[in-house]
Amino acid sequence: MSDGAPPLVLEEVRGPSAVGGGRRRFFDLLLLVSVTEFKKSFYGTALGYVWSLVRPLLTFAVLLVVFTKIIRLGSEVEFYPVLLLFNVVVFGFFQEATGAAVNSVLAQEGIVRKTQFPRLVIPMASVLVAFFTLTLNLIVVVIFLLAYGVPAMWTWLLFPVILALMIVLTSGISLMLSALNVRFRDVAIIWSVISMVLLYGTPVIYPFEIVPPGLIHDVLAINPLTLIFAQAHVWIIDPNAEGALAVAGGWWQMLPAAAIFVTTCVGGAWVFRREAPRIAELL
Amino acid sequence: MSPPTDQATTQGRAATDRSAGPVVIEARGIDKTFQLPINKVNSLKEQITTFHRGEYKRLEALRDVSFDIHRGEFFGIVGRNGSGKSTLLKVLASIYAADAGRVRMAGRLAPFIELGVGFNQELTARENVELNGVMMGLERREARSRLGAVLEFAELEEFVDMKLKNYSSGMLVRLAFSVMIQSDAEILLIDEVLAVGDASFQQKCADVFHEIRDSDRTVILVTHDMGAVEHYCHRAMLLHDGSVRAVGEPGDIARKYLRLNFQQAPGRSDPLDPESEIADVIINDVWIESGGQRVTSLERGEDLRLCAKLEAKRDVEGPQVGFVFTNIDGVDVAGFGIPENLPERLRAGDRLRISAAIGNRFLPGRYVVKCWVHRNLNLADLVLYSPHVLDFVVFGRDGAGVVFLDQDVEVEIDRGSA
Repeated sequence: MSDGAPPLVLEEVRGPSAVGGGRRRFFDLLLLVSVTEFKKSFYGTALGYVWSLVRPLLTFAVLLVVFTKIIRLGSEVEFYPVLLLFNVVVFGFFQEATGAAVNSVLAQEGIVRKTQFPRLVIPMASVLVAFFTLTLNLIVVVIFLLAYGVPAMWTWLLFPVILALMIVLTSGISLMLSALNVRFRDVAIIWSVISMVLLYGTPVIYPFEIVPPGLIHDVLAINPLTLIFAQAHVWIIDPNAEGALAVAGGWWQMLPAAAIFVTTCVGGAWVFRREAPRIAELL
Repeated sequence: MSPPTDQATTQGRAATDRSAGPVVIEARGIDKTFQLPINKVNSLKEQITTFHRGEYKRLEALRDVSFDIHRGEFFGIVGRNGSGKSTLLKVLASIYAADAGRVRMAGRLAPFIELGVGFNQELTARENVELNGVMMGLERREARSRLGAVLEFAELEEFVDMKLKNYSSGMLVRLAFSVMIQSDAEILLIDEVLAVGDASFQQKCADVFHEIRDSDRTVILVTHDMGAVEHYCHRAMLLHDGSVRAVGEPGDIARKYLRLNFQQAPGRSDPLDPESEIADVIINDVWIESGGQRVTSLERGEDLRLCAKLEAKRDVEGPQVGFVFTNIDGVDVAGFGIPENLPERLRAGDRLRISAAIGNRFLPGRYVVKCWVHRNLNLADLVLYSPHVLDFVVFGRDGAGVVFLDQDVEVEIDRGSA
């Protein structure tokens, strides 16, 4: 043990925190926990990873039949099936991540209460696991994109911007939910309702163009997700669709959505940071 | 084995040696209070409706706790249930945040609040060892390189790629223990778990702890087992109601702990002073004899005599002395008390010489002798308790059980003609 008597430096023990024990350890743990969780969700299943593709494809197929054959909503939208698939996959990421994050800290109770563990790893692992699924699903989206003959555009290169915005927003919400759910177990239930409301409050299964002007239009336009999805529509599928700017109706009108976006992300991080040292006691 | 009969002296010396070393953990004025809701509020509605009613009970788990631990020390923390031991451990391990005070530490600390925390049943031993290592603060590469040593100690090399859910419970604790013992953190924080598994694995655990005790690694051990405290620790600390009652030589701390325990026991006549520095009775010498010679090991069935010299440091009314033999599994195999021949009262300065011939029915193995002295003919009124005054080994032919019996067997055979 004593290799030349290393100098002993007493360092302050700062107690539990969101990111304790250095950046390196944080990322090591985050990756390890996420990969483990990702693999775990398919253990004992015959088809394994295939399921992560089948699930959104099935949702997509059902929605496609409903909205093109029963409710003829998609007929006047160009490349509606591709748009639908893209939206389902991206929104699925948001739903999967936040849905898992809300219960993540409770589910990892043993680790939180009995080990030194950077708390932030836990909700962020939920986001990363959902991101792994998203990556797999995007491969299918690309195949559909090409198969439906959507013309290649340079704006496809801007997809990382969409992705980054989605990841930041999803992370912010995940942090807030996971921390609050320790104090109030209602949060998980409330979130499942809100999450469903957001599915319809965001142009996921319908293009924003068909929303008539009025109160509902204005309410939807301050939802940051609406702007992100509208912009993705323009960049990825149809350059003539209404982008974020058109949906909001001007740069100034984008401010409320931007404010909500920033507040949610900063607020989520702030709540988590504040709660992190006490999570072990509250469980 | 361990011929020293005056453990206090030997351990005292070890303690001074280590106390001279550099401080690796410095705790100053740690306070921790829990707000315990009388009815646990877990929903928003409850929170709103019970808002300003102050339905909380304050529990002061730790009050102004300060201590230093030096490099290489095996430091015991003892105390009754609810004395704040676990809270202190969790504060040291950065699981809880202290309300006041500060802790400073030199080196990496690995906490083992429970064996196998974070083990994932669906993963193989290989994956779990890596995950656990990273959780304890290693880099992935280091965690992977540790795998061999962990599995070797756990004797589970063949099962490296088996999922933990297919492990037996014995294999699981062995793996968990091995992960703990093979952790290369400079400071180990251990709650209770000292030995697991079957007898031979337990012996291995004990050996490792002896090794660690003599190494430069620092160990903080929280336990109820006073035998372990005396056996392993260089120094110990007694917590009571969240405050430090005493820090010092393990034997002394063990005795204070037991007094504190028995103080609250029913049937106590007068309050004992748990702070007392002097034991009422001390053991000057204790040994075993076989064939008229002092020995540390003897053969199965050989004659056995337990001898002890005690000295009263204060007057003791109605003294009683007892000895118990414990085997390696921690089972009290046999014991005896010596009330009859003792005087009604021991005066300060009185010396007792005890010599007890014992029918040696011990099966081969290692045995530890505990010694108790009570007063007022009351078992709860303890003046001396020493959980490890002596150990010895019995060798020879093995047998079933914990002791052998003298038996006189007759067999009759009645075979009907075919």
